[in-house]
Amino acid sequence: MSRGFSITGQPGFPFIALLCFAVLYLPVATLVFYAFNAGDSVAVWSGFSLRWFHSAWQNTQVQEATMRSALIAVVAATIATVTATMAAIATTRTAPYRGLTFKYAFINQPLMVPEIVTAVALLIVFSRLKVWTGYSGLGYLIAAHTAFCIPFAYMPIRARLEGMDLTLERAAADLYATPWAAFRRVTLPLLWPGILAGFMLAFVISLDDVVITEFVKSAGQETLPTYMLGQLKRSVTPEINAISTVFLGISILLVTMFFLISRKKT
Amino acid sequence: MAAGQTAIEAKGVTKQFGAGQDAVKALDNVSVSIRQNEFFTLLGPSGCGKTTLLRLIAGFDFPTEGEILLYGENIAPLPPYKRPVNTVFQSYALFPHMTVAQNIGFGLEMLGKPRAEIDERVSQMLRLVRMEELANRRTSQISGGQQQRVALARALAPAPKVLLLDEPLSALDYKLRKDMQIELKRLQHETGITFIFVTHDQEEALTMSDRIAVMSKGKILQIGSPRDIYDRPSVRFVANFIGETNFIEGEVAEVVGGKAMVKLNGGGVVAAGVPETLKPEGKVTVVVRPEHADLVAHGGKADLWGRLENVVYFGTDTHYYVKLDGGETFIIRQQNSHGGGTGHAVGDAVGVALEPNSAQLVRD
Repeated sequence: MSRGFSITGQPGFPFIALLCFAVLYLPVATLVFYAFNAGDSVAVWSGFSLRWFHSAWQNTQVQEATMRSALIAVVAATIATVTATMAAIATTRTAPYRGLTFKYAFINQPLMVPEIVTAVALLIVFSRLKVWTGYSGLGYLIAAHTAFCIPFAYMPIRARLEGMDLTLERAAADLYATPWAAFRRVTLPLLWPGILAGFMLAFVISLDDVVITEFVKSAGQETLPTYMLGQLKRSVTPEINAISTVFLGISILLVTMFFLISRKKT
Repeated sequence: MAAGQTAIEAKGVTKQFGAGQDAVKALDNVSVSIRQNEFFTLLGPSGCGKTTLLRLIAGFDFPTEGEILLYGENIAPLPPYKRPVNTVFQSYALFPHMTVAQNIGFGLEMLGKPRAEIDERVSQMLRLVRMEELANRRTSQISGGQQQRVALARALAPAPKVLLLDEPLSALDYKLRKDMQIELKRLQHETGITFIFVTHDQEEALTMSDRIAVMSKGKILQIGSPRDIYDRPSVRFVANFIGETNFIEGEVAEVVGGKAMVKLNGGGVVAAGVPETLKPEGKVTVVVRPEHADLVAHGGKADLWGRLENVVYFGTDTHYYVKLDGGETFIIRQQNSHGGGTGHAVGDAVGVALEPNSAQLVRD
């Protein structure tokens, strides 16, 4: 066995690989395909048309939900990114100490706790808060989204910080830069790709959240995903396919940008 | 600031890492004073504490005990950005998101100097290191040797009272390293700044320094001029670490006029210099550099006797390995003259004549 073990050379490997890809992408491909259906059905093809895209574009409910989704995602991702940046600096620019691993786990906790548990917990707490404060605006959704976005923003920022040469910050201090000046002039500019990547990941995660949003939202606070879920309970038209297709396109674009940014090395 | 004034002084500096049983003393009660405008080298193997001492002077770390005085002021508790001391890092640590000129101007900018002054100083520095054409390049677009020059210019631009250099030449290839050694001496001469240079390369230390401190295991073993260190090592480690040396064991018979008369184990008596810190008595080690001895034929006037074991020709010189009657192997290095032969064959009984004042006692 001089050539060593190769998983790709095993019998049945191509078949299993193809099957996996089919299971992953065929449904999505079907969904995208019927978004261009001229008819009312999501299963029977009756010719090419962009009418469902047009109808989704004109739908005021879709417009409102999209705007709300975008607003929540931008605000939540921004707050999450700032918080995650601070957390990443605090956990990397320090000598290792007892309890540091616990802090990592604590920051990444939203990744491990089942989403439904967080959702129910937030529902209970927020419903109390709504009664006490009388406020029932978008703040609750933003707070919830910020919380589960933090670990997603944290990971690329921390990776970037860990890959950064510590001597650079030392050199800045040696050249009379106060800690704040060293951060602003050296650490931050070199950290930007990580921060941007973290923001985009957080943005995408917030944009397509259903479970927590569904539990936390007040009346009239539909986001795009919860609106779509609501529509599916009634009549299904290719309009949902059209919205999904656009949504998919945006997500792919953002995630691709995330990979390009985080891959770039200085 | 008169010449010869003390620029920087370490007083009883100890640096301990860890605590309890795992505690390691990287520096153990080190005291040294470095004069203004001096090219001072900290020389030693890795782990000897030379870089730790440099970091304490720069302010990247703080001493467990002791003081670091810069022109009489204790700077040991100050953060690095409050010390008029700059560093050339081993990895250069140039800011990758800035141009060459921006890198060089960074220190002055942080000091809040006006733009015009910074620009003038930067172009002055670029001229000094002969990099004028590359001012607007990114640091990733220039060669290793050029990066080295930028790192030097960046550290010199704020006109620090002391420049620290942490093995700055170790990443360069042989030819470039030789050029930079000369360049560094020139820069030190032209700027008049005190240089503290850290290296493990004894040749580099000997060629560049005004004075050298040889370090081992957190202590300074000997401080002196390159010639002092080479010709008059006072410690076995120093003699061994720098250049090639012969060690001969013997016993002190008497002390005459400051010289120890050492009765060697293999017979014969040699007069050896005595370092200040050593008490000449009992069993001792005598060191002699290989080029400070001559090979003589059997029957001639010699200090040591033995048998020629091996002859190795090196082009510029020849090494003779003499097995002494006392059991040690003594190496003699002789410069070759044109067409000259040696007249000695392997296996011959030979004598070794030591040059006057070439033998020296060393501590263990």
